[in-house]
Amino acid sequence: MDMETTLAPKMTAANVNVFYGDKRAIEDVSIDVSREHVTAFIGPSGCGKSTFLRTLNRMNDTIANARVEGLIELDGEDIYGPAMEVEQLRARVGMVFQKPNPFPKSIYENVAYGPRIHGFAAGKVELDAMVERALVRAGLWEEVKDRLSESGTALSGGQQQRLCIARAIAVDPEVILMDEPCSALDPIATAKIEELIHELRGRYAIVIVTHNMQQAARVSQRTAFFHLGVLVEYGETTEIFTNPRQKRTEDYITGRYG
Amino acid sequence: MLAVALLIAGLGAIAWWTGRTRAAALARVYDGRAHSLPAHHGWYVALWTIVPAVIVLAIWSNFTGGLIYQAVLASPEAAALPAAGMERATVLSEAYSLAIGATEQSFRPEASGIAPAYERAIAFYGWIGFGAALLIAFAGGAFAFTRLTPRFAARRRIERLVMAALRIASLIAVLTTLGIVLSLLFESLRFFSMVPVTEFLFGTHWSPQVAIRPDQAGSSGAFGSIPLFWGTVFIGAIIAMIVAIPLGLMSAIYLTQYAHRSARTWLKPALEILAGVPTVVYGYFAALTVAPLVRDFGLALGIPASSESALAAGLVMGVMIIPFVSSMADDSIAAVPQAMRDGSLAMGATRSETIRKVLIPAALPGVVGGVLLAVSRAIGETMIVVMAAGLAANLTANPFASVTTVTTQIVQLLTGDQEFDSPKTLAAFALGLTLFLMTLALNIYALRVVKKYREAYE
Repeated sequence: MDMETTLAPKMTAANVNVFYGDKRAIEDVSIDVSREHVTAFIGPSGCGKSTFLRTLNRMNDTIANARVEGLIELDGEDIYGPAMEVEQLRARVGMVFQKPNPFPKSIYENVAYGPRIHGFAAGKVELDAMVERALVRAGLWEEVKDRLSESGTALSGGQQQRLCIARAIAVDPEVILMDEPCSALDPIATAKIEELIHELRGRYAIVIVTHNMQQAARVSQRTAFFHLGVLVEYGETTEIFTNPRQKRTEDYITGRYG
Repeated sequence: MLAVALLIAGLGAIAWWTGRTRAAALARVYDGRAHSLPAHHGWYVALWTIVPAVIVLAIWSNFTGGLIYQAVLASPEAAALPAAGMERATVLSEAYSLAIGATEQSFRPEASGIAPAYERAIAFYGWIGFGAALLIAFAGGAFAFTRLTPRFAARRRIERLVMAALRIASLIAVLTTLGIVLSLLFESLRFFSMVPVTEFLFGTHWSPQVAIRPDQAGSSGAFGSIPLFWGTVFIGAIIAMIVAIPLGLMSAIYLTQYAHRSARTWLKPALEILAGVPTVVYGYFAALTVAPLVRDFGLALGIPASSESALAAGLVMGVMIIPFVSSMADDSIAAVPQAMRDGSLAMGATRSETIRKVLIPAALPGVVGGVLLAVSRAIGETMIVVMAAGLAANLTANPFASVTTVTTQIVQLLTGDQEFDSPKTLAAFALGLTLFLMTLALNIYALRVVKKYREAYE
């Protein structure tokens, strides 16, 4: 183990349970999210990996009958605690969704959305710089720099998803949650997003949910395997894929179910 | 007439049963697979029995009126008829009433003399129609019956007939609209032959008197419709919308975004009740409750205020329109994909920021479409403005003053005994036509906006 991994984790979850009404979707999950690694959540459909991801920026709050129990901390602060404002939390923990969801606004306005609502930019010049930086980091700048005023929805699917990533990083979050970001994209667009994840690693803590095990193996350093709402196994990605400790993990990654 | 209808229906039932039995019998001895079910054959024969007979009866009944009239005039009793037009028509119509038993006795003695001739003619042509219908029914049924074989495609023919029936049903609505336009158009053309189109469309003075005596004061009518259309737009498109757009939009936002599910289940129907209140009730409310309040308020401000005001009518009309705006806005906000909302919330936006910056801009075309539809409803609205807006055709922007609207004037022009050859009465049709064209244009435009917006998300 090198020095970095000994640093305190960016986010920690301890004994987290999530309920939808009376149904328990997540059972007693405890996990640490590393600062400088990409963490992948894998598992069969309906295993709770997306549900758990959405507890990390409190997006489950928007679902009327969802309830979260347990402790989740961001840099040691309880994110469900009274001192945490959900808007502040989400500015620090950004999210990219399964289907690209750019707003029906211009490319520029999409990226400027976050800085504007949080008042991060002092003026037009600063805002322009923020938009450019986010688009550069998302690897989209070269493709769109001459048509920033065109609608974000007119871009191709892969470009839209990178626009959504640019939108998320425009507010300079500490963590980026990605919920199956490539599931609606073709292989070339997927490769671009994966490349982008590599580049973003280190600058942001990244958690990615994927049902594609090859993708988890390619992009992540840590992998968590969820099954039926339970965290079955969590460890180094190479370990999980080459030498799983649990029978269920092995069955899943060798394709016996899923 | 009822007897004939029942008889044809009875024949149809018999035809159905015969066709069905025949087809079943044929199918039993046939050693292939029959094309259609016996019931299909039954319907085939029944329809061939009923439909041509009904069509013949319908066409015949259109002709009998004229034929009966001719027959009565040709009869010996007609010699006693007065020669002059109006008197003659009165006697004839009284005789007709006597003949069909609608009245027991007549005011004019000649009528009772003519009545037997009417009775004879009605019976004669009635029997001809009846006989023809019966003949056609039998002929149709027999024709269909002889065509029945096990491989006969009765099922497909029934299907085709059902389609034709549905097509006719939908055409009736369209044709009615066309009929309305045409009837308005012809009366309007008569009006425009008396009053120039330019005066009607661009004149600013409305005073539709027509002199009964040539030397009467104010004998020259003025038909400039600008004040009416201004009043209509002022009440329906300006004041009412100032009330309805914000209230409708905000209630839609509350209902879709904030209201708890249990609150929504009773609030939404409660709001929709507003749309079901008869407009005449809104009219009372506007005239008796709102108008005096508005007048007092205007006077308190030192503005000349009348007891019938544009503001009173517009305010109440705005309330009436709230459900229209609200339900269209509700639909279009609900149609914005959840992903948009999530995207904004995940950026750390608050709920109201999400609504203001993402949901409403995305739903705007739908909202605009809803507002346009509401405007077209408001400018065509009659009862509230008749009761609360007044009759004075003022061209004013003072909301406390009395203004009048197109619909109010149409009511005024057509109520009571009217002669249908004076420009005063015909003006109502020209107003109606212009109003109809306005609302039609608004509706078409609104539907386009809404459609374009639907496509954006599908």
